[in-house]
Amino acid sequence: MDFHLSKEHLLVRKMYREFAETEVKPLAEEIDEEERFPMETVEKMAKLGMMGIYFPKEYGGAGGDVLSYAMCVEELAKVCGTTAVIVSAHTSLCCAPIFENGTEEQKMKYLPDLLSGRKIGAFGLTEPNAGTDASGQQTTAVLDGDHYVLNGSKCFITNGSVADTFVVFAMTDPKAGNHGISAFIVERSFPGFSSGKHEKKMGIRGSSTTDLVFEDCIVPKENLLGKEGQGFKIAMKTLDGGRIGIASQALGLGEGAVEEAIKYTKERVQFKRRLSQFQNTQFQLADMHTRMQAAQYLVYAAAMKKENHEDYSMDASMAKLFAAEAASDVTRRAVQLFGGYGYTREYPVERMMRDAKITEIYEGTSEVQRMVIAKYLGVN
Amino acid sequence: MKILVCVKQVPDTSGRLAVNPDGTLNRALMQTIINPDDMNAVEAALKLKDELGCRVSVVTMGPPPAEGMLRELMAMGADDAYLVSGREFGGSDTYATSQIIAAALDTIGLDEDDIVFCGRQAIDGDTAQVGPQIAEKLHLPQVTYAADIKKEGNTITVKRILEDGYMTIKVKTPCLVTCIKELNTPRYMTVSGVFETYAKPMTVLDYNALKDNPLIDKSTIGLNGSPTNILTSFTPPQKEPGKMLEGSDMKTCEQLAGILAEKHII
Amino acid sequence: MRTKVELANPNFDSSKLAEFKNVWVFCEQRQGKMMPTSFELISEGRKLANELGVNLCGLLLGDNVEGIAKELGGYGADEVIVCDHPLLKDYTTDAYAKVICDAISEYKPEVFLIAATNIGRDLGPRCAARLHTGLCADCTHLDVDMPAYKDFLRKASTLPEDRIEKLGKIMLKNNITEQMEAHDVSMGLKMTRPAFGGNLMASIVCPRFRPAMATVRPGVMKKNAFDEAKAEAVKLTKYDVKLSAADMETEVVETVKAAKKLVDLIGADYIVSVGRGISKDVEGGIKLAEELAAVLGGVVGGSRVAIDSGWLTADHQVGQTGKTVHPKVYIALGISGSIQHKAGMSESECIIAVNKNENAPIFEIADYGICGDLFKVTPMLTEAFKAAKAAK
Repeated sequence: MDFHLSKEHLLVRKMYREFAETEVKPLAEEIDEEERFPMETVEKMAKLGMMGIYFPKEYGGAGGDVLSYAMCVEELAKVCGTTAVIVSAHTSLCCAPIFENGTEEQKMKYLPDLLSGRKIGAFGLTEPNAGTDASGQQTTAVLDGDHYVLNGSKCFITNGSVADTFVVFAMTDPKAGNHGISAFIVERSFPGFSSGKHEKKMGIRGSSTTDLVFEDCIVPKENLLGKEGQGFKIAMKTLDGGRIGIASQALGLGEGAVEEAIKYTKERVQFKRRLSQFQNTQFQLADMHTRMQAAQYLVYAAAMKKENHEDYSMDASMAKLFAAEAASDVTRRAVQLFGGYGYTREYPVERMMRDAKITEIYEGTSEVQRMVIAKYLGVN
Repeated sequence: MKILVCVKQVPDTSGRLAVNPDGTLNRALMQTIINPDDMNAVEAALKLKDELGCRVSVVTMGPPPAEGMLRELMAMGADDAYLVSGREFGGSDTYATSQIIAAALDTIGLDEDDIVFCGRQAIDGDTAQVGPQIAEKLHLPQVTYAADIKKEGNTITVKRILEDGYMTIKVKTPCLVTCIKELNTPRYMTVSGVFETYAKPMTVLDYNALKDNPLIDKSTIGLNGSPTNILTSFTPPQKEPGKMLEGSDMKTCEQLAGILAEKHII
Repeated sequence: MRTKVELANPNFDSSKLAEFKNVWVFCEQRQGKMMPTSFELISEGRKLANELGVNLCGLLLGDNVEGIAKELGGYGADEVIVCDHPLLKDYTTDAYAKVICDAISEYKPEVFLIAATNIGRDLGPRCAARLHTGLCADCTHLDVDMPAYKDFLRKASTLPEDRIEKLGKIMLKNNITEQMEAHDVSMGLKMTRPAFGGNLMASIVCPRFRPAMATVRPGVMKKNAFDEAKAEAVKLTKYDVKLSAADMETEVVETVKAAKKLVDLIGADYIVSVGRGISKDVEGGIKLAEELAAVLGGVVGGSRVAIDSGWLTADHQVGQTGKTVHPKVYIALGISGSIQHKAGMSESECIIAVNKNENAPIFEIADYGICGDLFKVTPMLTEAFKAAKAAK
C-alpha cells in the first residue's frame, strides 16, 4: 500500500493552495456575510480547469483524476466552505451523471460548456416530501409526443439560482415506485422552468440554495438521461460520487480550522504563556489533527477506488460519515480554543463551524451513511 | 519564433531567515520559490505565446531539484525546459553565471526573431546583473525594467521604467528584456497543465554538453572564473529590543507623545 | 544583429593590475540635469582616492553637458572627463556602454563607481561583462583602507574580533597552475552590500581584475560640503567620442516624466506606513495614516503588501524592492515586519509600531511598540501628537 502522492498530485495541490490563498480566502468572509454567490471566483476557476477536473479532454475536461478533484474541494474548503461546495455540486452532481449515463449526443451537447465552466450545473432530487426517502418523488414527467411535461417542485438545490443545466428526477410511472423514477437534463431556458427564492442558511451562506419549480415544463424527449425507470439508480450512483466531494469539503473545513487554531494558539498569550504552551492546547490540537489525517486517508482511498472503477460506495459513505463528523467536532473545538474571539466574526473559525454542520446533512445524512455501511456489512 | 525565459529558484525570504553561525544562509532550512520577477518574465512570454503562437522555453541554472520549478512553469504553459546543472558551475558570481547561461542559450540556439526574457533581479542576491551580462556575452541588445512589451514583426516596443518616469524603447529581435512586477500578474498553473507537465521535454545541460562552446573556459566559470569573491559575510548586530508600551488606549498614546516630545523627536 | 563591440584600446587587459590607477565615478545626468547621487558618489570617491593616494575623476556623458561638469569639482573631483555627443543625449545602453568601455580601456582606472539607479544598474553589468571585470551591485559601504574597514566591521557586524583581525588575504585557485594563491586585498576596494534584504551583509572584493566596479545605492553615501574654489579649479578633459548611428541597436522613442507628483519618501522626516493590517478597511486605514502623517508634517508609505494589493502606488513602497528610508520617526501601522520591509526602514532614527499581533517581528526592531488595533490606536495617536505639539 502506497501512501505517497504522485508528483502530479503534489503539484496540483500546490496550485490549488496558491489559488485558494490568493483568490478565495480574501472573499470568504464577505460572501458569507453578504450571502453572495462568488461568480468571479467561478470564472477564475473555470479558466484553470477546476470545473471539469477529472473528465477527459475530448469533452472539454482537464484530464485529471478523481483524487485531484477531491484535493481541489479540500483545498478550497480549507479557506472557504462555500466555494468548495459550488465545485462539488457542479462536478459530482451534474457533470458526473451526464458523463456516466449520457448518450454521445448528450455528452457532446452539454459537457463542453459545463466542464469548461462556461455553464454551471446542479442536481434536483430532494423534494419537500422526499428528503432522505428519495423514493417518495412527487414531481411527475409525462411523455407527450416528442417531449416530456414535468410538473412539481424540488427544494434545497445547491447552485439553484446560478446553474444553467440541471439533472432532475421525476416519476414517469408513479405505480412502479423506485423503478418509476427517471432522470432528465433540464436547461434553465426550458418553458415552464423556474428557480425559487434564496434559502437563508446557517452556513455555506455564499452558495445558492433554492427551490426549482416545474409548471408544465417542456423537456425534449432526447433529454431523458439513461432509460425510463433508471432514475433512482442514477441518483444513488451519483450520490455515491457526490459523497467524495462532500467528504473532501468536510476534510478541508476541519484541516482549515486546525491550521487557524495552531496559528492562533502560538500567538495568543494568557497567564504570561502562549496558549500553545499549555498541555490542554497541545492535546486538543494533536487529537484534532489526528482526526483530520484519518479522514484524509478515508477520503483519498475512496477517490482512488472510484478512479480505478472499483466499487467505492461503502468507502465513499465511510469517508463522508467520518470526515463530516470529524469536521463538526474539530471546528467546534477550534472555536473553543479561540475562546471569546472564536465566537466573533473577526476570526474564521466560527464560520468554519457553521459551514461544517451541513456536511453531516446533505447528500445523505450521517444516518444514511450508516445505513449504507451496515448494508455492506450484511447487517440487516 | 521562440522565447527563452531565464529563471531562478530562490530561498523564500518573505518569512524569517535561517542563518548559519558563520553568517551564511542555511539554504537547507529555507523553502524555495520561483524568483518573483522571473514569474513576470514567464507570464510576459506566455502572453506573447497566447497572442502569436510562439514557443516558450524556460532555462535555469541550479541543482537537480530545480526540476520541480521547471515542471511548475511548464504546467503554467511553457513548452519545454532546460536545466543547466553541474559541479563545475558551482560558486559562480554574476559574471561567471551569465557566461554559463549565455553558453546554454547559444547551444539551444537563437534565431533572428527570438527573444530572451529575464526577471529584473533575484531576491536572494538582488544584483540585477545577470540579465545584462548575458546580453553582452551574446552581443544582444538589452532593455531592462520592462513594464510593457509589444511585438510587431521583428520590432519590440518596451516601456522601460525609470525612477521618475519612463522611456519608450524600440529594439529589434533577437534581444534580451528584463521584466519587473508592474508588467503583469503571473497566471496559475492549470489542472491540465499539471497533468501534462511531466511528459514535456526537459533537457539537462551539464558541463560536457556546454564545454565546447567558446564561452566556456575554466577561467570564466565557477568559483575560478568569478572576478568577484566574498571576503567575508556577516550579520549586522541586532538592535536592542524596543519598549512595548502598556495598553493600547489614549493613556498609552499620550505617554508615547510625551516621550517623543521630551526627546525633541516631534 | 549580433556583432561583438570592440574596445577602443585593443590591447586592454583587465588582469594587468599594475596598469590601473585612479578612481572614476560615472556622473549620471538626465535631461541635462545632474542626478543628486552623482554628488554623493563623487564625495565617496574622494574618500577612496585619498586612501589610495590617487586622483578622482568624474566621467560625464551627454549632449552639450560641459556646463554642469564643474560642479562635480566642488564635491571633490580633481578632473572631469566630458563625453559630449548628440547620440548621448538620451541614455541608451549601446551608446553609453560603448563610450564608457572605450574610455576605460584607454585610461584604465582602478576603481569605477556607478550609482545604482535604474540606469546605473542597466549600464554597470553590461560594462563589467565587456571589460571582463568584477562588479558588486547596490553597495552601501565602501572601503580601501584595511584598518578603517576593520573598524567598520567592529561596529556593523557581529563577527568576533579574531576573525576580523585575520582579514587581509583571500585564497584563490590559479586557473593555470591549479595551485591556491593568496591575494592581498589590504589595498583593494572592499564593497559591502546587503543580501537577503539586509539580514546578511557581504563584503566583496575583486582581487584579480581591474577596474573594481561597484554600483552604489542612492541616498546612502554622505555628500561633502560644496567648495566653490575647488569647483573653479577642476580640470575638464574632453574625450574624443567615437560613436555613430550604426552603434545603436535600441531607439528611444520618448522619455516621459511621471506626471503625478511622486511621494518623496527618501527626503521625508516623518513616515507613516501601512501594511496588511488595513485590509479590513483599506480606505479608512489610509485616511487614518494620512491624518497622522499630516500632524507630523510627514508622508504616507506602505509595505510590499500594500503596494502589491494596489492600495498605494509603487512610489510609496518602503523596503528591499522599494525605497530605503531614514526618517526621524517611522510609524508602522499593521505591518508585520518582513525582512524585505525591515531592510528599507530599520535605519530610521525612531521606529514606532502598532500591531495587533504582539509577536509580530516589527516589534523586534521598534523603539516603541503598541499592541492593539490600528483602527483604534491611530486616531488616538493623532490626537496625542497634536496635543503634544501644541503644548510646545
